[in-house]
Amino acid sequence: MIDRPLTKNIDLSREPFSIKEYEAAGGYQGVHKALKEFTDPKSIVDLVKNAGLKGRGGAGFSTGLKWSFVPMGPDAPRPRYLVCNGDEMEPGTFKDRLLLEGDPHSLIEGMICTAYAIQAEVAYIFLRWGYTLAEQRLSKAIAEAYQAGYLGKSILGTGFNLDLHLHISAGRYICGEETALLNSLEGKRANPRTKPPFPQVSGLFGKPTIVQNVETLCNVHHILVHGVDWYKGLSRCEDGGTKLYGVSGKVKKPGVWELPMGVTVREILEDHAGGMRDGLKLKGFLPGGASTDFLVEEHLDLKMDYATIGKAGSRMGTGTMIILDDQTCPVGMVLNLTRFFAQESCGWCTPCRDGLPWSVKLLEAIEKGEGKPEDLDRLAAQCRFMGPGNTFCALAPGAAEPIQSSLKYFKEDFERHLAEKRCPWRS
Amino acid sequence: MLTVEERQEIEKEIHHYEHKQAACIEAMKIVQRHRGWVSDESIRDIAAMMDMSPTALDSVATFYNLIFRKPVGKHVIMICDSVSCWIMGYENMRDHLCRKLGIQLGETTADGRFTLLPIVCLGTCDHAPAMMIGDTLYRDLTPEKIDTILKQYA
Ligand SMILES: Cc1cc2nc3c(=O)[nH]c(=O)nc-3n(C[C@H](O)[C@H](O)[C@H](O)COP(=O)(O)O)c2cc1C
Ligand code: SF4
Repeated sequence: MIDRPLTKNIDLSREPFSIKEYEAAGGYQGVHKALKEFTDPKSIVDLVKNAGLKGRGGAGFSTGLKWSFVPMGPDAPRPRYLVCNGDEMEPGTFKDRLLLEGDPHSLIEGMICTAYAIQAEVAYIFLRWGYTLAEQRLSKAIAEAYQAGYLGKSILGTGFNLDLHLHISAGRYICGEETALLNSLEGKRANPRTKPPFPQVSGLFGKPTIVQNVETLCNVHHILVHGVDWYKGLSRCEDGGTKLYGVSGKVKKPGVWELPMGVTVREILEDHAGGMRDGLKLKGFLPGGASTDFLVEEHLDLKMDYATIGKAGSRMGTGTMIILDDQTCPVGMVLNLTRFFAQESCGWCTPCRDGLPWSVKLLEAIEKGEGKPEDLDRLAAQCRFMGPGNTFCALAPGAAEPIQSSLKYFKEDFERHLAEKRCPWRS
Repeated sequence: MLTVEERQEIEKEIHHYEHKQAACIEAMKIVQRHRGWVSDESIRDIAAMMDMSPTALDSVATFYNLIFRKPVGKHVIMICDSVSCWIMGYENMRDHLCRKLGIQLGETTADGRFTLLPIVCLGTCDHAPAMMIGDTLYRDLTPEKIDTILKQYA
């Protein structure tokens, strides 16, 4: 039995598998099985729900449960849409790139199985600009899949139709938010939409739509072929499967690895990333991309899963950690993150549109040594304004996470900037 | 005026969507690929083809980071300024590029060869610092490596 379903075909030193090579390695068995053995698509939805697959785009919502909200039956609106979220613009996140460049047929197979489960007839891959190699490889793989009869009209002679289009974004981080993504696919400004209605009911062009992360979709066919018990057995926690975990920053061997869901932070950092570079100490880390709260050394033995990291006061997010070492200024790092979010805010809600630039000003002043003691309280207040429930989408609460947690764990470093009237890390 | 080729490419994209206007971003990218940027005239031409007003199309154009509404140099250098690259030495790479090219971020060299822009995370954080020139990604940058790369575009 395979234990690394997502990456078993991936070797970046060569071209990804062609459709023939992919089939020879067991590929497209999931499509055969789905279309021929699961005559009731709803049984696929139940299977994926039971397997415990949770969305890998950051929020960790149950994938099967999400699918179960799509209205089905003869009176349900048509067409239904499936959208793959390949925007991957969260700073410090570089996991979907591996799947897109390394094994494009696996994503296509996962999408066909998913589309069948919700009976969608049109699918899009929303790919960020800049993933040019992935774009070439996906285009080729999609053409091969059409030619082999896995896409198009009456797939495998079953009467199930699916068209798959590749959309390359014109670039803006907010496009990754699923309702903003739908506006972008409709050729509009990518402002998020009000929820409800949720996309499952009224999404792209007002039709039922499922948006799913690249990594999530790459799991689906494996669950169909190998079953729930196998899938759960891959994991070391209650969520099923494996996870792509990544590490960037000043470690010996930055990278991304497919590991059992729920390995500890320490294992990822020490066994896979090789530990800190010589002469550097770990000061803190963002567990799952730019919009997650800092954790510190005392959290190293925690399991990297949604529940455990959540309990520790952060989020597993995308599972790609960013390491802060002791020779990098934490205020500078938070300033860099906050500048990003301020620039990428779509401008719809006040706490985000105004709060983020203000936070940048405060952080700039502190970093330069021109901050005032009351600035720390001001920053904390901005974080509260940007917190959950005050804005239209999760960008602002996400942006507040590294700021609020840095005030908690690195307060004395902020205070040193204020007291010394300079950045102690700058010579 | 849009060329026949541009029109054909845009027509093909229109078929991928339930509504014609959904293809407007693709249309602007197609024109930009041919001409380097999207002028006011192109906005008017594309808008007419999409049954949109030029203002509506421009409000879409200006939302996105990579629709250029001003002319750019022959090669657009986009250097990542997000967190992992920042930790790994973005500021030094930026200063080196600015010095080499004699321009600041957002500017174009006098000979029109290079435009230098900051860009958000390129999703290659395990090989930071990184930049793209046109469609090509360059990773694990050092000042020496930047010098060698720039020579290929000289
Ligand atoms: C500002 C913002 C950016 C996001 N960017 C991405 C992204 O690039 N890729 C992604 O899969 N999900 C992203 N998400 C999460 C999506 O909204 C959505 O939850 C996800 O695509 C659902 O797929 P999943 O359940 O498979 O994770 C983002 C969310 C927010 C608020
Ligand atoms: S929170 Fe920010 S990004 Fe999200 S809708 Fe509001 S202004 Fe836009």
